[in-house]
Amino acid sequence: MRTPKKLLAWTVGSAAVIGVVGILSARLSPAMAAGGARPLAGPFTIADAIFWGVAALTVGGAAAVALSRNIVYSALGLLAALLGVAGLYVFLSADFVAVAQVMIYIGGVLILVLFAIMLTNRIGEVNISNASMGWASGGLLSAVMLALVLVVAFEVPWNVRPSGGNPTTAPIGHALLQQWLLPFELASLILLCTLIGAIIIARKEIRAE
Amino acid sequence: MAQFSFAFPKPGTKKLLVGATLGAALAIPALLAGLLVFLVPMVNKPLLDAFIREKLGHVPATWVGTQWVYAAALFLAGIAMFTFAAITGGIFSWYERRVAARIQSRIGPNRVGVAGFLQWIADAVKLLFKEDLVPGEADAMLFRAAPYFVVAGMTLVLVALPAGQAIVVADLDVGIFYILAVTSFIVVGILLSGWSSNSKWSLFGAIRATAQVVSYEVPAGLAILVPVLMAGTLSTQGLIRAQGGWPWEWFFFRNPAAAVAFFILFISQLAEGNRTPFDLAEAESELVAGYFSEYSGFRFALYFLVEWANLWIIGAVATTLFLGGWQIPGVSAQTWASVRGAGSFPAFGWWALQFVSLGIFAVKTLFLVNVVIWIRWTLPRIRIDQMMNLCWKYLVPAGFAAMLFTLVWQMVATWAPIVEKITALVVFAATVWVTWRFLQQTRKNVSLIAHERVDLSNW
Repeated sequence: MRTPKKLLAWTVGSAAVIGVVGILSARLSPAMAAGGARPLAGPFTIADAIFWGVAALTVGGAAAVALSRNIVYSALGLLAALLGVAGLYVFLSADFVAVAQVMIYIGGVLILVLFAIMLTNRIGEVNISNASMGWASGGLLSAVMLALVLVVAFEVPWNVRPSGGNPTTAPIGHALLQQWLLPFELASLILLCTLIGAIIIARKEIRAE
Repeated sequence: MAQFSFAFPKPGTKKLLVGATLGAALAIPALLAGLLVFLVPMVNKPLLDAFIREKLGHVPATWVGTQWVYAAALFLAGIAMFTFAAITGGIFSWYERRVAARIQSRIGPNRVGVAGFLQWIADAVKLLFKEDLVPGEADAMLFRAAPYFVVAGMTLVLVALPAGQAIVVADLDVGIFYILAVTSFIVVGILLSGWSSNSKWSLFGAIRATAQVVSYEVPAGLAILVPVLMAGTLSTQGLIRAQGGWPWEWFFFRNPAAAVAFFILFISQLAEGNRTPFDLAEAESELVAGYFSEYSGFRFALYFLVEWANLWIIGAVATTLFLGGWQIPGVSAQTWASVRGAGSFPAFGWWALQFVSLGIFAVKTLFLVNVVIWIRWTLPRIRIDQMMNLCWKYLVPAGFAAMLFTLVWQMVATWAPIVEKITALVVFAATVWVTWRFLQQTRKNVSLIAHERVDLSNW
C-alpha cells in the first residue's frame, strides 16, 4: 500500500544517495589509484595476521549484533566488536585510548546492557517495532556511510606519528589540563548534571502528609 | 609464658610420605620462582635481540625469523604465567582450608600427604574426572563459554602484574589502569553464567555479584589514584620504582591519605573478589552457591581456580601500589645497573638479585593473602544494604577526600621534602607500636584460653 507521498520520499531519498555516492567516489578515485597514504605491499608478518584477526573480530561482532535473533548473543557480539576496536587502537599505538575503551565500553556500558537484559523476560522473541525501515532503506544508508568512511580514510591528511611504544598518557593529560581545560571542565559539568538527573528520576516520591 | 607443643610430622607417619610431601612443599615454590625468573629473558626485548644476534648469529632488525622468536617467547611467557596462577591457586586452596579448620577448631584435610599438603592435586584430578553437566533448560553455548570469560579476566591481569625488578610480562605505560579495565571480563563471565544457567539462584547470585563489583570499582579506582598521583605514572613498575626499599620509603607511610587509601583499596578488593564479608553473591544459606550453582567438574574447578588465584592478585596489587613492591632495602637503581654489568647478557649477581626481589615481593603478597584468609574466617557476612552503604556512603567520600588531600600533600612535599620524611617515620613508628601491642594482646588471649599451652600438633 504505497501512497504517492511515500513514493516521492523514496525517489528523492534514492536520488540523494546516488548523488552523494557519486560525488564521493569521484573524489575518491584519484586517491584510491594513488594507493592511499601507505603502501599495502610487503611481507605478511605475524603482526599483520593479528591485525586481520582483530579486524575480523570487530566486523564479525558487529554483524552478530545486527543479525542475531537472541538479544544476549547480540550483547556478546557487541563485546567482540568493542574488544576488536580496542585492539585496533593498540595497533595505532594509542595505549591509553585502548584501555579506556575496554574500561568504559566493556566495563561500563556492556555490563549495564547485560544487566538490563538479565532483568527482562522473553528474550528470544524479537518484535521489530519500526517496520518502515526495511532492507532497502538500510542498504541505501549503508552505501552512503561506506562512501563517507572511505573518503575520510583516504582524503583526510592524517597526522602520522612514528609507530612503536610511544606512551600517550602524559601528552593526553597535559592537553586536557592546559590547552583544552575549559571543554574538559564543561564535559565534567554535563556528567554531573546527568548524575543528579539520574538520582532525581530514580528516587522515590515522598509525599508530605 | 605460653608453651607450644608442636609435633611434626605426627609420630608413626611413613618416612617416604614425609619425604615426598616435604619435597613437594620445597620444590613447588622453588619451581614457581624459577618460572617467574624464566619470564625475564622471554619478555625482555633487548635480551631477545642479544640472543638472536649472539647465539643465533642473525641481525634482529632484518632477519625473517625475529618475529617467530618473539612469538615463541611470548607463548612461553603466557604458559609460564598461567602455570604460576594455577599452582598458586591450588596451594592457596589447601592453605585456606587448613587455616579455616584451625580457626573453627577442626582438623581440615589431612589425608593426602603430610598435613594434607597434596590435597589440592587430588581435588583437581577428581574434578577433571567428574561429568561436565549442562542443565537441560540452560543455554548450552553460553553456559559452556562463561567460565572462560572469568578465567580470561584473571589471566589478563597477570600481564601487567609485576613480581620482581625485571619480572613482569609487559611493563605497560597504562599498567594499573589496564588491570582495572580487564577485571570487567570477570563480571561479564559472572553475568553470563548466571543468566545461561536458567536457575533463579544463579541469576540472583550473578546480579548481586555484578552490583557489588561495579559499585566497588569506584572506591577502588579512587584509592588507586592516590599512589598514581604520588608517583606521576600509571605503569606498575614505575609505581614501584617511585618507592624505596625501606618501609618509610613506601607510599603507605609517606602520606597519611595513602594509608587511608590502602584500606579503601583493600576493602574494595575483598568486595570485588567476592570474599567474605562480601560473599553475598555465593551466600550458601540463601543462594546455594550463587552464579556457579549449576556447574560441575572442570568448569566448576575453573571458578575456584580464579577465586584462589585472585588472592595472589589482591595481595600483589596492594603490594605494588602501597608497600614498596619488590624494592630491596639499600639497593638503588644505580646498584641494579652496576650489578647487571655492561655486557649483552646480565651478570650472575643480577640474576641472584632478581630472586631476592621476587622473594621480597612474595613475602609481602603472602602476608596480605594471610590477612584476606584470616578476615574470611573471622567476620560474618554483611547484608546487601550494609554492603551498599559501606561503599557509597563511606568509602567513596573517603576516597575523594584522600585524593584531594594527596593533591595538597604533593605540593607540600615538593615545597618541603622534610615534611614527608618526618611523617613517614612517625607513621611507621606508630604502625610498629600498634603491631607490638596487638601481638602482646594476642599472646595474652592465647594463654588465657589455652591454659598456657598451645597445641599445634594437628598440623
